[in-house]
Amino acid sequence: MKRLDCLKAIYPALEDCAVVTIMGAVAAELYSLGHRANFFYLEHAMGLASSIGLGIALAQPQRKVVVIDGDGSVLMNLGGLTTMARSRPNNLVHLIFDNETLLSVGGGAPGGYRWFTTATATGTDLAAVARAAGFPRAQMVRELDDFEEAALDAINGVELSCIVAKVEAEMPKSFLMDVHMLENRFEFPRALQQPPRRREELQRPTRITKEQPTTIPALKSREE
Amino acid sequence: MPVSVANSQLVYDAMKDVGVTLVSALPETWLVHLIRLADEDPGMTLVRLAKEEEGVGISAGAHFAGVKSAMLLQNHGFLQAINGIVGVSLLYKIPLLMLITDRGSFGERDPWQTEGGKHTRPVLDALKIAHDDLTSPDDVPAKMAKAMTLAQSSLSPVGLLLGRDLMWEEPQ
Repeated sequence: MKRLDCLKAIYPALEDCAVVTIMGAVAAELYSLGHRANFFYLEHAMGLASSIGLGIALAQPQRKVVVIDGDGSVLMNLGGLTTMARSRPNNLVHLIFDNETLLSVGGGAPGGYRWFTTATATGTDLAAVARAAGFPRAQMVRELDDFEEAALDAINGVELSCIVAKVEAEMPKSFLMDVHMLENRFEFPRALQQPPRRREELQRPTRITKEQPTTIPALKSREE
Repeated sequence: MPVSVANSQLVYDAMKDVGVTLVSALPETWLVHLIRLADEDPGMTLVRLAKEEEGVGISAGAHFAGVKSAMLLQNHGFLQAINGIVGVSLLYKIPLLMLITDRGSFGERDPWQTEGGKHTRPVLDALKIAHDDLTSPDDVPAKMAKAMTLAQSSLSPVGLLLGRDLMWEEPQ
């Protein structure tokens, strides 16, 4: 399964969403399909695309937020999965392209040769990790049809979802992106000022579930 | 417990007054009342973090979505979040209000806090992050307002260091 084919399959469904991608191949390939002002490409800070998506989802509960992540980035912020799960916004979809490689930071090579794999190459199952973190829905897909069905279902649904797509460790045709990161940074919030057009079902508030009252027992400290 | 309830309330109210409706936090002793106040406030979204760097991303997302936010963290949490601060807030010019407990300074009895206390200000300075100390209750509302104003106008992180004299009441 190729990342670009997956992106093509969901591209029309992203029109009304806030989309946050990681850097590198994912950003370049989504850009190659046609840039939109509601796409934000995080070109650094690996791991934080999902946290940015969580912040948007909590701040704009009526808008669907789609984070397009990678295995290397997710592994840098595994704790973030637990924060997403306990916050559980029903308007957030976490797509993870798992090529088992730190491709965009130099772990891949032409021809699909992988010389720096991630732990997903040796058995770590990120869908299982997300499920165990508390995601109400997390699944792994290996075929394009399955990806399309699962991702569109998640994007059109009202549940915090994680879809892990196993894809080839293939470089994009080009890393060229003719939108400066600061231009992207300023156009993105402007796009988010527009109300989403079709998300009536999301309009119920998604306040964070209170796990338990915060009671503070007498803390033990050397200062007491 | 000698964490000041009154001054925690003062800091919390000042944070609300500058428009903050989302806070991300990890606890430490001096922050317990601030986090409790956020938890009890139906007008506040509290995100309990696993690690402080996440909060930098969450605040960036909130900013993109038009919501003012703050981070409640200890100075070791600030040190933990540096890559996110550099790779998101500074690189992308995003406002970030950090309320950092200033552990490890004069009066610190916990030996394990003392190293972080020495490095907090030099690291803030190295990153050219504007910061000020909150030590007197009288200064809290004005300094909070000025910190938020600068964060928003400069599109930068700013730090307010919550000091011992403000947050801690020595037992008599």
